[in-house]
Amino acid sequence: MMQGILLSNDIDVMVHGLFKYNFLGHEAWITTTHVCLLLVMLILIGFSIAAGQVIKKGAEVPGTFQNIVELIVEKLDGIVEGSMGKSAVKYRNYISTIFIFILVSNISGLLGLRPPTADYGVTFPLGVLTFILIHYNQIKYQKPKDIWTSMCSPLPPWLPLWLPINIISELAVPVSLSLRLFANVLSGTIMMTLVYGILKWIALIWPAALHVYFDLFSGVIQTYVFCMLTMTFVSGAIGDEA
Amino acid sequence: MNFDENFILGCSAIGAGLAVIAGIGPGVGQGIAAGHAAAAVGRNPGAKSDITTTMITGQAVAETTGLYGLLVAILLLFVKPLLW
Repeated sequence: MMQGILLSNDIDVMVHGLFKYNFLGHEAWITTTHVCLLLVMLILIGFSIAAGQVIKKGAEVPGTFQNIVELIVEKLDGIVEGSMGKSAVKYRNYISTIFIFILVSNISGLLGLRPPTADYGVTFPLGVLTFILIHYNQIKYQKPKDIWTSMCSPLPPWLPLWLPINIISELAVPVSLSLRLFANVLSGTIMMTLVYGILKWIALIWPAALHVYFDLFSGVIQTYVFCMLTMTFVSGAIGDEA
Repeated sequence: MNFDENFILGCSAIGAGLAVIAGIGPGVGQGIAAGHAAAAVGRNPGAKSDITTTMITGQAVAETTGLYGLLVAILLLFVKPLLW
């Protein structure tokens, strides 16, 4: 019987388990995502050590690498400062960290890895971190009465009919944040796998143009959007008092 | 592979095709956002970078609903939940 190309083994976009172990009585797997994540982390750690060495020496007239490092830090600080204002000092470390991590993860498809962000188990914790940051800041900087009023928002505070809907919309924030990143990266990965799987005899040089769109452009935009939305939500939770 | 599995796979493919019709909405929405951003740049060329930032963020948020449809299609085609 003829089998469709999706059912054959040429097209392979799934996460694979590599190594099984027991964790507190549960069956757990080391998957391809872990391996790719480890490689991304190695790249980042190597870059960080090199950058730290260069900055520690700190030449008066910066060389090429020192210039690149300073440029990255300046640009990231500029992004955080532009959208968080006064509270940027506290958050630029966190935002820059997740920015660089998500960026390198997204464009690691260019290195032949399966991007770690194309696994929902990687993007959902990032969304949960944003969720925790939002509500930590809300509790820290706003009065309980104001939070209650905003949770009952279209109706007056003594009539909490709208409360469940507002709670659901708060819970939807991390889910939609992480699903957006996940689905974008996953769709890019699937498109590239389909191109290489179906057109493997003529996929010679022109897929590079598709890589520029699906890996570079889409990855950079989604990284930017994730960090932008995180900053918007967190500075909204901090309010005007800080 | 017996008849039942083939039937379910075919229905999954039809369902995946129907699910990505959700892409129409974000397409229209992103087009409207880009058009208004172009008009805004025409009126105030100095604010180009701010307008671009706002446009990209808004478009990415508008894209989410389409991505949910895409996700359903991907699940139907690759994970095949109806065959379990």
